Amino acid sequence: MDLDFSDDQKQLRDTLRRFLADRCTSTAVRAILEGPEPYDRALYKGLAEMGVLGAAIPEEYGGLGLGHLELCVLAEELGRADAPVPVASSIYLTAEFLLAAGSEAQKAAWLPKLAAGEAIGAVALAERPGRVTPASIQVKAEGGKISGVKLPVADGDVADVAVVAARTGAGDQAISLFLVDMAGPGVSREAVESFDPTRSQARVTFNGAPAELLGAAGEGMALIERVFDRAAVLVAFEQVGGADRALEMARDYALDRMAFGRQIGSFQAIKHMLADMYVSATLARSNAYYGAWALSTDAAELPIAAATARVSATQAFQHCAKNNIQVHGGMGFTWAFDCHLYYRRSNVLALALGSQTTWEDKLIERMRRQNTAAA
Amino acid sequence: MNFDDTPDEAAFRAKIRVWLDANAPRHLEAELRNAGFGFQGVTSEDPMTASKAWQKKKQAAGYACLHWPKEYGGGGFSPIERVIWNQEEAPYNSLSGPFTIGHGMCGPTVMAWATEEQKRRLLPPCASGEEIWCQLFSEPAGGSDLAGLRTRAERASDGSGDWIVNGQKIWTSGAQHSDWGLLISRTDPDVAKHKGLTMFYLSMKTPGIEIRPIKQANGDHGFNEVYFTDVRIPDAQRLGDVNQGWEVSLTTLMNERLSIGSGMPTGYPELLSYCMNAEIDGRPAIDDSNVRSRLATYAVRASGLRYTAMRAITALSKGETPGPENSIGKLVAGASMQELSMFAMDLMGQGGVLRNGKDGADANGRFQAMAMRSPATRIEGGSDEILRNIIAERVLGLPGDIRVDKNVPFRDIPTKGRG
Repeated sequence: MDLDFSDDQKQLRDTLRRFLADRCTSTAVRAILEGPEPYDRALYKGLAEMGVLGAAIPEEYGGLGLGHLELCVLAEELGRADAPVPVASSIYLTAEFLLAAGSEAQKAAWLPKLAAGEAIGAVALAERPGRVTPASIQVKAEGGKISGVKLPVADGDVADVAVVAARTGAGDQAISLFLVDMAGPGVSREAVESFDPTRSQARVTFNGAPAELLGAAGEGMALIERVFDRAAVLVAFEQVGGADRALEMARDYALDRMAFGRQIGSFQAIKHMLADMYVSATLARSNAYYGAWALSTDAAELPIAAATARVSATQAFQHCAKNNIQVHGGMGFTWAFDCHLYYRRSNVLALALGSQTTWEDKLIERMRRQNTAAA
Repeated sequence: MNFDDTPDEAAFRAKIRVWLDANAPRHLEAELRNAGFGFQGVTSEDPMTASKAWQKKKQAAGYACLHWPKEYGGGGFSPIERVIWNQEEAPYNSLSGPFTIGHGMCGPTVMAWATEEQKRRLLPPCASGEEIWCQLFSEPAGGSDLAGLRTRAERASDGSGDWIVNGQKIWTSGAQHSDWGLLISRTDPDVAKHKGLTMFYLSMKTPGIEIRPIKQANGDHGFNEVYFTDVRIPDAQRLGDVNQGWEVSLTTLMNERLSIGSGMPTGYPELLSYCMNAEIDGRPAIDDSNVRSRLATYAVRASGLRYTAMRAITALSKGETPGPENSIGKLVAGASMQELSMFAMDLMGQGGVLRNGKDGADANGRFQAMAMRSPATRIEGGSDEILRNIIAERVLGLPGDIRVDKNVPFRDIPTKGRG
């Protein structure tokens, strides 16, 4: 039994934690929060130079070819540091879509650039509020060109390439994925205000933009489900990292802040709130490790493990981020304290791959199928 | 990451499987697997006889108290081997119920504090199940605040050095079956409460002990009150120094929280099956989105506990000490079981009020039994609130509570809230 990271992976974690403590300070995050830049370019370049963006990309495509456990380690540290970089869009999603379904030419064209941080990828699915279902997708693909509007697209304002879900005809089976060069003709985009300005969002309009089919025609929804399961484990590690950091902030404040002549951390109302935060963060971490095992071994259990990790991590990060504000009292609701950074991020990550109820639904449907098969 | 055994672990597992195949009481398997929640399940023969027979057989082969040294009746195995044994012994582990307190708490305390001669006398029959132990700690006035206990031990006036005990204990599991008890008592009421306690062990057959079963809120009788009237204990049966009892008790309580990998039940697998079979408006309950959302919440708690235990087992397998993560187990499991059993009853609609399968209660009344038993899970062995204090103080490093009775002589501590 070995449900833990290896010594090398722990060493990578320590290296990344030091690097991010130095390069992704609160000041650096706030520069993105308050400034015109959509993401921290220097930080992204630094991560690319360390090679970690390509940790799970095969060497033949310019990556390190290590595996997904290293990517889990990276994700946790990015979550802890509230890093304002497009790693999820570019690496957990676009690169995984290419690896799962890309042609040799598509992989050769984009994976080395994604691994090197020279290109950024985005995934454009949603068009309107509500779940992404076949019926919700109205962007049309015809004769190698797509038209329509996607909103919101995470990192769509800065992406060089996008994976776009589009409709090739009528009915639920007519959804396919396309690869679009965002610098090409027929693409216009504008940044829109994001609940978490450290993670930018865009409205992307396609007007006869050239698009290459990614994967088989009509396979779009199945591919989304498959790649989202993989990404869910990685995002869960970002959430686990964020939950741990929010818990630490609350703990530190409870030790420093005095009221009624004593540390507020000596009041049971505060202690018990923090204990409950520890409980949800611990459950989420253990579930994320389960997801990491399934992802890194391509286990048949991955769909259940991914949904478990996802649901648990969303609960934990939201729980810890909101109670971190509560423990800080009024100071937690000031712009000057960092509590709101984690609160914003927790809510954005909770939606990044579809809502909590969507994932709860998937988890139970998958458990039902497993139970039926076993019976 | 993997869930595989190391070669040594696999060899040990294979070895004990062979032994279990040849020796386990197969005739009891069906009863044990079908036991109702919270019950051992043996009805075809005397359950205590069945428990003792299995324990004795295990001890003879070295599989009782795997982690204890061999000279005290244990198996001399490593912590990870103990975990593997527990996995493989299922479903026969539930036969060990009567010995849990002795093996998990009293035995380790005796091992840490008794003389060599006492250890050699007391521990082997404890390991083999020939002698059963109970723990005489909680009192009507001292549960979470254990150090507030009032049972008195005073030196006999005859110069023998013996102690005379008077008072009352409560919530004593298995006292009626016990041969020995581990007793904490007050020996000095004139000092602060933690500083005037002393630990003893005594035969439960000692004159002056009266055991009365407690009828619990769920109608069951798992616990007892134990009354002491001029009970005489030789000074040689004292564990630790006079007034060092609090320190001794910490050995016991630390061991209570070391039971790793045992995995508290949450009731989730039962709820999932129930929701696949039950119907809402003619459709499986599991198709309902509210039901799915609730199920998912319980599912990730059950899974989180399972993989938290596996992380602890990973540490044991590498020869490391597990982290503090396991402290969440009972807190999560107790609350989950209570919530989900009430949810299952809600799904039954008005039929949820039925208690027994014979009257038509759904799922054979399993969830009603859980709903009636789970309040106790949230209290026994450290209440939810005490567990949160422990996590906050020992794991997160927050300050201890301000204790208004800390430096007050025990006899001056107020005992009445109103009136």
